[in-house]
Amino acid sequence: MSCELENCQCCSEISDQQKLEMISEVIEKYKNKEGSLIQVLHIAQNIYGYLPLEVQKIIADGLDKPLSEVSGVVTFYSFFSTEPRGEHTIRVCLGTACYVRGGKKIVDRLEELLGVTVGGTTKDRKFTFEVARCIGACGLAPAMMIDDVVYKQVNADKLEAILAKYYK
Amino acid sequence: MINLEINGKKISVPEGSTIMDAAKQNNIYIPNLCYLEGVHKFGSCRLCVVEVEGARNLQAACMVPVREGMVVKTNTAKVRKARKVLYELLLSDHPKDCLSCERNQSCELQEIGNLLGVNEARFEGEHSAGLEEISPSITRDMSKCILCRRCITACNEIQGVGVLNAQNRGFKTVIGPAMDLPLNSVNCSYCGQCTVVCPVGALQETDAIEKVWEAINDPQKRVVVQVAPAIRAAIGEEFGLEPGTLVTGKLVTALRELGFDDVFDTNFAADLTIIEEGTEFLTRVKNALTGGTATLPMITSCSPGWIKYIEHTFPEELDHLSTCKSPHTMLGAVAKSYYAEKINVDPKDMYVVSIMPCTAKKFEIIRPEMQNNGVPNVDAVLTTRELARMVKEAGIDFVNLPDSTFDNPLGLSSGAADIFGVTGGVMEAALRTVYELVTGRELPFDKLHVTPIVGLERIKTADLLIENPLEEYKFLDGVTIKVAVTSGLKGAKILLDQVAKGESPYHFIEVMGCPGGCISGGGQPRPTTPEIRQKRLEAIYKEDEGKELRKSHENEYIKKLYDEFLKEPNGHLSHELLHTHYTKRGKYNEYLA
Repeated sequence: MSCELENCQCCSEISDQQKLEMISEVIEKYKNKEGSLIQVLHIAQNIYGYLPLEVQKIIADGLDKPLSEVSGVVTFYSFFSTEPRGEHTIRVCLGTACYVRGGKKIVDRLEELLGVTVGGTTKDRKFTFEVARCIGACGLAPAMMIDDVVYKQVNADKLEAILAKYYK
Repeated sequence: MINLEINGKKISVPEGSTIMDAAKQNNIYIPNLCYLEGVHKFGSCRLCVVEVEGARNLQAACMVPVREGMVVKTNTAKVRKARKVLYELLLSDHPKDCLSCERNQSCELQEIGNLLGVNEARFEGEHSAGLEEISPSITRDMSKCILCRRCITACNEIQGVGVLNAQNRGFKTVIGPAMDLPLNSVNCSYCGQCTVVCPVGALQETDAIEKVWEAINDPQKRVVVQVAPAIRAAIGEEFGLEPGTLVTGKLVTALRELGFDDVFDTNFAADLTIIEEGTEFLTRVKNALTGGTATLPMITSCSPGWIKYIEHTFPEELDHLSTCKSPHTMLGAVAKSYYAEKINVDPKDMYVVSIMPCTAKKFEIIRPEMQNNGVPNVDAVLTTRELARMVKEAGIDFVNLPDSTFDNPLGLSSGAADIFGVTGGVMEAALRTVYELVTGRELPFDKLHVTPIVGLERIKTADLLIENPLEEYKFLDGVTIKVAVTSGLKGAKILLDQVAKGESPYHFIEVMGCPGGCISGGGQPRPTTPEIRQKRLEAIYKEDEGKELRKSHENEYIKKLYDEFLKEPNGHLSHELLHTHYTKRGKYNEYLA
């Protein structure tokens, strides 16, 4: 994935027209390359923040694939989302080590604090809340991530303070 | 050739064969469920596992190619046990309501369980979500789906429509349109090829049996039935007869015994279609050749799966379609006008039932265009399979029924009408009439068969040079009429891409939505294999050749219909009753919004 759009975090500031131009460019670049659907979906998700049906249609038409195939791939991989996502993604690790060290308690407390269940996005679109099966930080268990930042040995009482940092 | 050993038997098979192929060629049966010969190979059910010497795990026979010196065992204790467990696991997420399932006793899952000798279902677990959806043509009951994905192959690889694919993941996997949209809101053509390959009760035609019984039992209703040409060459299979057995006479008797008041033949309306469509074609060609404007090629409009497909996929090319309604709706329109008047019945009290090899026709009859004076042309469509169910339900011994003939005035038909049921047939029927109308001579082919367009290939073409036409058709002298024929929507796309680019060299194109034509329609008996398709095709041509009357324009009752009622082809009344228009839909139904 060499596209500079890969890590684009400024979705909200781009107009719909600009997004459409960006995705059209991406499709143009990939349309004759076999097996590029997932690549295009990744980039599209970075442009739009998520992959609603309308975006899937643009990709299906552009790559000359049935919509049901595109949607099949989107719904298969958990990385893709068909709902708008929050500005930040929280991933609580529920791998074995984190689970036994109290990962589940963190999930329960976050559900209370955020007012959404796992998979949901807060009303203010600040956070999308997910769980992960081992993020490779077993020595720091229980761990969680917010975007790319790993929080180690989290306990339920620390959570409020952690979240507060993102409201500055 | 590759040499291998299966169950101690030394065999040799062509390179590239799978273990399944090799076993089959040597009369060794390996149980299988998701596999469909020549169509679908996916390895999802795993029931065909076998032991291969040297391999650590059991191998799926349908997926693994043979290798030189391979030693395969298909019937060891390990294999038998594995198959049973795999089957029980499949069953753990399948509703066990077989007695009330329409596929009871014609279910491949049931059959294989019986064959494997499974007599218990030890695993009971969570069941996947039982989404049920009733569209006008197809009913999906996803609680019964075993995820074999045959329907995906039929929809994507065979038809090129691509409405069905696997959505979501793991236990939540559902086969269906994108984002759980219902079939009636996507670009499904309703061809029903998915219902033919479904091994269980997950995909079926939407039932019309109950409302037909109700109409038959209603003393106020005059219930008229008509039968498509492809039914007579296939329905015998539902009663254990050999594929390709013609059962026209028994079929007519069975329909009378079911209680229908009039038993008419859609073939009659096929002859009528030829007169209307032939006239329309000649008018278009005349306009094009004499400096006027006309949209060519003209494309046939008998197949409602094809019609819905073009409305979604090529909404800008609808002017190429003949404006003729499909034959059964023409018959319905004539029955509820000409015939109703003759027998003094109010069209509102007449109930027309069409027996069709087709699921798309169930949608066609509810189109607002398919009614006259507020009365639908056709009230119900039953597939071949549904009619067979009714016959069985009524306790009629189909195989031993005596023959009888269709009722007039809408029952006589030519051989040209019979071949409407097979790819190339509509075109041949049209050419038999058009050529003779133009030249005064019979179509110059042996037995009147336009050989280049006979057969099951995807795209067939023929050239027909017109020489020494009658005075009225002088504009055609020396013109070579170019025709093309395709069946299956993948072929239709190839021909329509040409049309859309303005590069189509043809004057006239026949499209049937299902591969092979109506003989392998979405409502026909299961299974439809290449061999069965070929036998049904032969039966249809046999029916044609067995008739004295071979050309639509020689049908006395058609002449009478024009004399007494319609007056002239493409005339005012014809346009009102027999012709239609089409709806731009678009791939995502964006034109309908």
